[in-house]
Amino acid sequence: MTALVLLDAEDGTIPQTARSAIAAAASLGDIDLLVTGSSGAIDAAAASAAKIPGIRRVRTASGEAFAHGLAEPLAALLVALAPDYDHILAAATAIGKSTLPRAAALLDVQLIPDVMEVKDAETFVRPIFAGNVLVTLRSSDAKKLLTIRTSSFDPVPAEGGNTPIEAVTPPDYQEKSRFLSAEHSSTERPQLESARVIVSGGRGLQSAEGFRILEPLADRLGAAIGASRVAVDSGFVPNDYQVGQTGKIVAPDLYIACGISGAIQHLAGMKDSKVIVAINKDEDAPIFQVADYGLVGDLFQIVPALTAALG
Amino acid sequence: MKILVPIKRVVDYNVKVRVRRDGGGVETAGVKMSMNPFDEIAVEEALRLREKGIATEIVVASIGVPQAADTLRTALAMGADRAILVQSEESPEPLAVAKILKILVEREKPDLVILGKQAIDDDMNATGQMLAGLLDWPQATFASRVEKTGDGLAVTREVDGGSETLSLTLPAIVTADLRLNEPRYASLPNIMKAKKKPLETIAATDLGIGLTRRLTILSMAEPPTRKAGVRLASVAELVEKLRNEAKVI
Ligand SMILES: Cc1cc2nc3c(=O)[nH]c(=O)nc-3n(C[C@H](O)[C@H](O)[C@H](O)COP(=O)(O)OP(=O)(O)OC[C@H]3O[C@@H](n4cnc5c(N)ncnc54)[C@H](O)[C@@H]3O)c2cc1C
Ligand SMILES: Cc1cc2nc3c(=O)[nH]c(=O)nc-3n(C[C@H](O)[C@H](O)[C@H](O)COP(=O)(O)OP(=O)(O)OC[C@H]3O[C@@H](n4cnc5c(N)ncnc54)[C@H](O)[C@@H]3O)c2cc1C
Repeated sequence: MTALVLLDAEDGTIPQTARSAIAAAASLGDIDLLVTGSSGAIDAAAASAAKIPGIRRVRTASGEAFAHGLAEPLAALLVALAPDYDHILAAATAIGKSTLPRAAALLDVQLIPDVMEVKDAETFVRPIFAGNVLVTLRSSDAKKLLTIRTSSFDPVPAEGGNTPIEAVTPPDYQEKSRFLSAEHSSTERPQLESARVIVSGGRGLQSAEGFRILEPLADRLGAAIGASRVAVDSGFVPNDYQVGQTGKIVAPDLYIACGISGAIQHLAGMKDSKVIVAINKDEDAPIFQVADYGLVGDLFQIVPALTAALG
Repeated sequence: MKILVPIKRVVDYNVKVRVRRDGGGVETAGVKMSMNPFDEIAVEEALRLREKGIATEIVVASIGVPQAADTLRTALAMGADRAILVQSEESPEPLAVAKILKILVEREKPDLVILGKQAIDDDMNATGQMLAGLLDWPQATFASRVEKTGDGLAVTREVDGGSETLSLTLPAIVTADLRLNEPRYASLPNIMKAKKKPLETIAATDLGIGLTRRLTILSMAEPPTRKAGVRLASVAELVEKLRNEAKVI
């Protein structure tokens, strides 16, 4: 058996989410990695990928078409490489979620999204209904295409390997979509998907201004900042802060929910956190039903007091 | 421009689903069903494109049980022009849905298909991308803004690190994210009017598409529930617990 893992390469580094996807392939035979990017960025990304231990080979495809993670050329590339593989995997990131279903349809395969557990080569566990139900599925397709819920797999190490790198010639691709621009929310903080601690805020923060009360606490804890949908819809923070069924799925060691009620759609994104703290003025808020530690009260007093108490 | 919007009937987002005793599925008897929230957003976007004079006709389609006709009526009441129900015993897998939608696209010849980014029951997040692949059309998933440009579309998408904008040639596939718009409610007069709008029914089995499932459900279970922890009286107590009991800071 041989598996191919499509990596999201960001500025020459391999993100933790990609290393979690590799971990999911551990029981699926030999593993090849596929790194794509512009001609300028590919060498650094391939070199990082080659350091990941336990890999058979790193395959690279470069060119302008791959500079921005567009689904159309990536799916065409996966289809071209597919004959060599039994399983094709990617992290369930924006790129993985856009590309793998497209490739699956072209291969006449039913994609298996958001895999949380690999039982065997054809049996997988995935969440449905916002994570309220876990379903164990067996695929009858000859080839399996999977996206991986990265919070369910500990990432493989970034260093220790020295894997051979081999360039592949991508299939001809006729441009259909073009990248115009990106607005990346710049932050010095850890990324939500890989943070050990997350401080998260909801409607209770009241405004963008109010939301900033979480920053000193996050600074003190080296935490990433997350948010509920309401906080994002209300413009307190950018869209990529959203945690939940339709936002990011996280499982940090510590998740501090401030002014978040605990709707099922929000819980879907964070209830696998190791320790959950809830700060809410409503003692009946559903978030307390999943919190290990709860403080009932006004977050505008509790959050600064907590920051101060941490010294 | 003609727009096709596929919509799915799902368990309402307020319902906390339960796995049936036999583990073979989820309890749907007596459970409230609604239009998938992302599909309401997709319908709304199509209506707005028509109000801007860009779209001329909006066709909605659903693949599923006969009751999906009610969901289609809701879309007609919101303002869609016509509906197609492809009737099947259950909602097929996204690959089969995409194959059926491809047949509808070949018949209806829309310039744009707007789908929801995911259905909130199976959370597959796949159908739009699969349809785009089968049709060899460009795709923009997770859209938060759609604008008509000279000969195509500029679509802003919500991605992991923020947002990005793509330009697409038409025909194209767009999947709607939460912040694309806020869908309207259907007014009572429009609900009445919708009853007279055309709704065509086709049998899925007449389309000559294999509906056999590729994924067999072996079991369903509810994840272990977290039990509520303790209420603490003070910030000092919280810090003590986090340091010495949970050992996470
Ligand atoms: C299809 C769909 C998908 C969705 N996806 C997501 C998703 O991915 N993520 C997500 O988060 N939501 C999602 N939602 C929305 C979700 O249903 C809730 O509406 C949302 O999570 C509520 O956000 P909130 O907890 O910030 O606001 P609210 O529910 O309004 O809660 C605010 C809380 O703040 C508390 N509070 C107020 N002031 C203070 C104060 N001074 N001190 C302490 N506490 C205070 C209140 O007691 C209350 O509990 C989705 C909904 C739908 C329909
Ligand atoms: C009785 C029953 C038995 C089932 N058994 C199984 C089983 O054995 N194995 C299994 O994997 N699943 C099973 N399912 C689930 C079924 O296969 C799902 O409907 C399917 O997986 C679709 O996934 P999704 O809706 O999450 O698609 P997504 O890709 O998340 O949907 C995205 C968008 O595609 C469009 N769309 C999706 N479906 C339709 C539709 N039917 N009509 C129109 N537009 C649509 C909508 O615009 C939607 O917003 C069963 C369901 C039922 C009711």
